[in-house]
Amino acid sequence: MASLEDYKDFAGADAVDELRLLAQRLRGRTLLHVNSTAVGGGVAEILNRMVPLFNELEMPARWEVMKGGEEFYAATKKFHNALHGDPHGASPRDFQAYEEATDENLKGLALDSDFVFIHDPQPAALVKKRGELKNRWLWRCHIDLSHADPGVWGFLRPYVERYDACVISSPAFAQTLSIPQMLVAPSIDPLSDKNRDLDDAEVRLILERLKIPLDKPLVTQVSRFDRLKDPLGVIRAFRSIQKSVRARLLLVGGSADDDPEGAQVYREALDAAGSDEDILVLSLPPTSHLEINAIQRASAVILQKSLREGFGLTVSEALWKGKPVIAGAVGGIPQQIMHRRSGVLVHSIEGAAYWMRQLLQQPDFARRLGQNGREHVRRNFLLTRHLRDYLLLFLSAENRGSDFIRL
Amino acid sequence: MALPLAKKPFRFFTRLSLTAAAGVRAADLRELLEGIKVVPDSVLYTHTHRFIQQFQFLVPEPANDFAGWAVSALQDELAGERLSAIDTVRYGTIGELRQALTAVLEDHLKARPVPRTAPPGEEFHFQRSIRFSLPTPYEARDLREFHDLLRKVSVASLYLHVFEARLRPPLGVNDFSLWFERDLGEDELADRVAHLDPYSHTHEALKDGILRMVADRLGELDRG
Repeated sequence: MASLEDYKDFAGADAVDELRLLAQRLRGRTLLHVNSTAVGGGVAEILNRMVPLFNELEMPARWEVMKGGEEFYAATKKFHNALHGDPHGASPRDFQAYEEATDENLKGLALDSDFVFIHDPQPAALVKKRGELKNRWLWRCHIDLSHADPGVWGFLRPYVERYDACVISSPAFAQTLSIPQMLVAPSIDPLSDKNRDLDDAEVRLILERLKIPLDKPLVTQVSRFDRLKDPLGVIRAFRSIQKSVRARLLLVGGSADDDPEGAQVYREALDAAGSDEDILVLSLPPTSHLEINAIQRASAVILQKSLREGFGLTVSEALWKGKPVIAGAVGGIPQQIMHRRSGVLVHSIEGAAYWMRQLLQQPDFARRLGQNGREHVRRNFLLTRHLRDYLLLFLSAENRGSDFIRL
Repeated sequence: MALPLAKKPFRFFTRLSLTAAAGVRAADLRELLEGIKVVPDSVLYTHTHRFIQQFQFLVPEPANDFAGWAVSALQDELAGERLSAIDTVRYGTIGELRQALTAVLEDHLKARPVPRTAPPGEEFHFQRSIRFSLPTPYEARDLREFHDLLRKVSVASLYLHVFEARLRPPLGVNDFSLWFERDLGEDELADRVAHLDPYSHTHEALKDGILRMVADRLGELDRG
């Protein structure tokens, strides 16, 4: 397991020293994270890395996973979709199943840590218990709430307002709430398989295994096969520049086996690619972190032409590899890319096509964007910054109401 | 050679901040102007000072959040240019900075009374900063210790002592120059550091520049 020392090479010794300095002000305070899954998904990935680092900083940290039956998970899946804007909402029985699972978990969970950090809607109602406790409660919402269904949000909101603060990833996700809404962006881990350094030989070997030829510059979009990632728009943009550039397009995404719509979009992308050997559509298992890392490193240009996005952390992953990125100006992407300085923001298929051609034909400019992008990620989107923001969050919860805190 | 001890040691502090949604947003320059007029100082701090800290590695350095938004979301190059020309750290107080931003926007809107609207999803969201001031363990008693410790401190600390210091009395003076002059009697060094242009450097390069000036002075003192 990585220790804080291991991050000095990436974040800088000063950033790690600052974490230790801050943590001194919280030494001995206990911390409990609660989410709803131990494996899979970005939250579990982050907690796996973060909990040991909090312990190293002498903040004894635990991580509990909420338990629930099929009915609970079916209800929370509906909640999740409704908070993302799905108008189908949830039924009275769903709300009841949610309450029942919450009460069941409250019987077994020890929630008396100094800070209780609840992740996402599934365990949000555990806050019912806080009246009996004298500790601080924080709710981390990883979902874009800007189009939330009023029924589901109306049900959750009274719970959310019992927390000391809620934490969101982007200012665009903010709601009208009686509690502070802190902005903490997610992060990437430079030591994970998805982001760690790979040498050229390793990259070549992986691409050979995946049968991805490297005889032409690769323009790549890494994302699941989802209409909101606009894979067909990417193919149209690439087709429009094929006469003036020598390049190959690669669309790579997670396996679509468990997602009927994903399978449909994957087939549509294959159809759109047709027999063109310069357009590759590849589906990989969700555990292919090293493969994705190698593909990103082998690419000349990376796209994330989303039409709608949560935070879009794949942008930071690509920038971390020093790649020029062309991305839709939606969700959290503008936080990661400053247009024409650390990447390119686009609003249309034509815009994506124009910039693909520009970046392929102007490698010096493309390289500069990549370098700036990597530095922006190094300063703002690594795990160490995330950890620092959480330490500051705990300190602000202890000094609620103050905009200037002397430590 | 033993160096003269300072009248008072220099303690390095660091400045960290956490942002929060301010609950105000703007879809065009008129709404931006209304927002700038009413939001608390901690909000303007976020979009100017904190912004500089976040993007200072870019050369030339982008000026402030407002200018960037005017160009990227509103495609209003003229407003972007005029807002970029507002030099954040030249203003002694956030109030003066607010006046400058307001004046530029009011003037711009006189000439273009129907401002462009941002596409849905690209509105400007005002944010406030919760600032933390934290003493580091580093304390310099003479110029050599100062040099060695400056190498160790973070760019956040440098920002606090060089840029934000100008917002505190004595206004317009950075903490390093003040200490060199008041506690070490190093008037010339104080003057040279005060004249470094923080905008023509990344923070790392600025730090290197100060380190070089201090090292040169140490060399002179060693040679007697």
